[in-house]
Amino acid sequence: MTVGADSEAIRGAPIVEQIAAARRALTLRFRLTFVFVWLVIILGIGLALAVADAWDWEFAFRSGPIIVLQGAGITLLLSVASIIGATILAVLGAIGRLSSNPVAYAVASFYVSLIRGTPLLVQIYLIYFALPQLGIVLPAIPAGILALSLNYGAYMTEIFRAGIQAVPRGQREAAQALGMPERLYMRRIVLPQAVRIVIPAIGNDFVAMLKDSALVSTITVHETLFLAQRLGRSTFEPVTALLIAALVYWALTIIFSVFQERLERRMARGDQ
Amino acid sequence: MTDARLPDLGPRPASAESGYDAGSELPTHVGEPIVKVEKLEKYFGSNHVLRGVDLEVRQREAVMIIGRSGSGKTTLLRCINFLEEPTVGWVEVDGVRLQADPLRARSRPHQEKIRQIRLRAGMLFQEFNLFPHMSVLDNCTEAPMRVSGVRRDEAVTRAEGYLDKVGLLEKRDEYPARLSGGQKQRVAIARALCMEPKVLLFDEPTSALDPELIGEVLLVMEDLAHEGTTMIVVTHEMHFAQEAADRVVFMEDGVVIEQGPPEQVLNDPRHEETAHFLRRFLDR
Repeated sequence: MTVGADSEAIRGAPIVEQIAAARRALTLRFRLTFVFVWLVIILGIGLALAVADAWDWEFAFRSGPIIVLQGAGITLLLSVASIIGATILAVLGAIGRLSSNPVAYAVASFYVSLIRGTPLLVQIYLIYFALPQLGIVLPAIPAGILALSLNYGAYMTEIFRAGIQAVPRGQREAAQALGMPERLYMRRIVLPQAVRIVIPAIGNDFVAMLKDSALVSTITVHETLFLAQRLGRSTFEPVTALLIAALVYWALTIIFSVFQERLERRMARGDQ
Repeated sequence: MTDARLPDLGPRPASAESGYDAGSELPTHVGEPIVKVEKLEKYFGSNHVLRGVDLEVRQREAVMIIGRSGSGKTTLLRCINFLEEPTVGWVEVDGVRLQADPLRARSRPHQEKIRQIRLRAGMLFQEFNLFPHMSVLDNCTEAPMRVSGVRRDEAVTRAEGYLDKVGLLEKRDEYPARLSGGQKQRVAIARALCMEPKVLLFDEPTSALDPELIGEVLLVMEDLAHEGTTMIVVTHEMHFAQEAADRVVFMEDGVVIEQGPPEQVLNDPRHEETAHFLRRFLDR
């Protein structure tokens, strides 16, 4: 082999590999720093709690499992049931908001305006405390699910409306040209495409709902925050109880964010 | 209005709109009139886009409409299956006759008549408009099954037949996003054929395609024309019109200026407007 070819092999080909190696090193350093910073912050908080003597291990071991298992279970139940209810309401609301029928448009607009114009906490109170005066008595959990569904349904109505409007105009014309009636077109062509468009937004709302569901602790639903407050109060360890509740919400949020990210990636790849 | 601009065709029989001179021979494969457009006018706001169009298309006839953008040719096509509601005039497709009624366009009887017309007139779009969330096969079986009530196995057999015809049977399980533009348009043609319409309306079917993909679509269309599929095509592909058309219609400013066999209209136009258009078009 000639000298020229030899030096080419050393300086020519490896430069690409050198760049790749340098890039890998940078990525690794970024990740290590990330983990390090998180650990420092968490240790700092732990240290502060230890110095203040705010964390009680005995309480954590005795009452923690109840808050985590029962509380998180009810929180999940509330959130899943409510996101389903909210999605159904949002589809109906969006169809109403886009309808050329003035009655449907008026009803849907009233719903969105009223719900978005009042605090969620007030809605929860009204459903739990005011509905019984009209003769409608709901147990705490159904009342909580109803309130969360109604509230998120109104916000998601606007999301679905945007999703439906994001389906290209040509889809309607193609369906019409094939003789499809409006309803069939809505159900088979528009909604499946709109749902794909709004899935990331629904995921966001679900994570937000996990945390907003804490508000129904005020109407005695035995979810995470309610249990934490009750157990914390009775054992005089409110801070430990609240910290456990916070950890439960945080963990649920992280789990579902990962799940949502995967789903989005799959949808992006999927059949599109 | 059309008549006023066609003085040199002389006195013509009642079916003057057929576009063939009185006494001249119709192409032998051509049958009875199946699409009739009468005195059709369309306003967009105050913009008078169609100014009284008469057009008659016969069974097994391939009619190509040419003209510059803004001449109203696409609007005419979209008015035939009421994707645009015409302002004035009549449309008849395979015996279903409907008068333009912009004031009651949304009424149920009118919409039902429109649907009857659309079932008889398949439409192809510049942008294909395949359903992206359905496989190629499902795109083709959706309307036959859910609109016409065809059984699933029969709809699948039919779809496979037409996909084979456009040369894309092996793509039956793909999703539209994985097809090229030319393949998408061919699937769209198969999808329209699956409804077994009496006439196909093509709205500039190759205008959105990369140049190297145009040929495969035109080839399919040419086959259809030679097999005697009735079709009305709005196009800028003059060579294709020359090859595949039984009749070429030249439109300008919302009226039909001139129509006749392709060799006559394209090579030896009788009207200055047509000649001017063709000169400018071929100069590009």
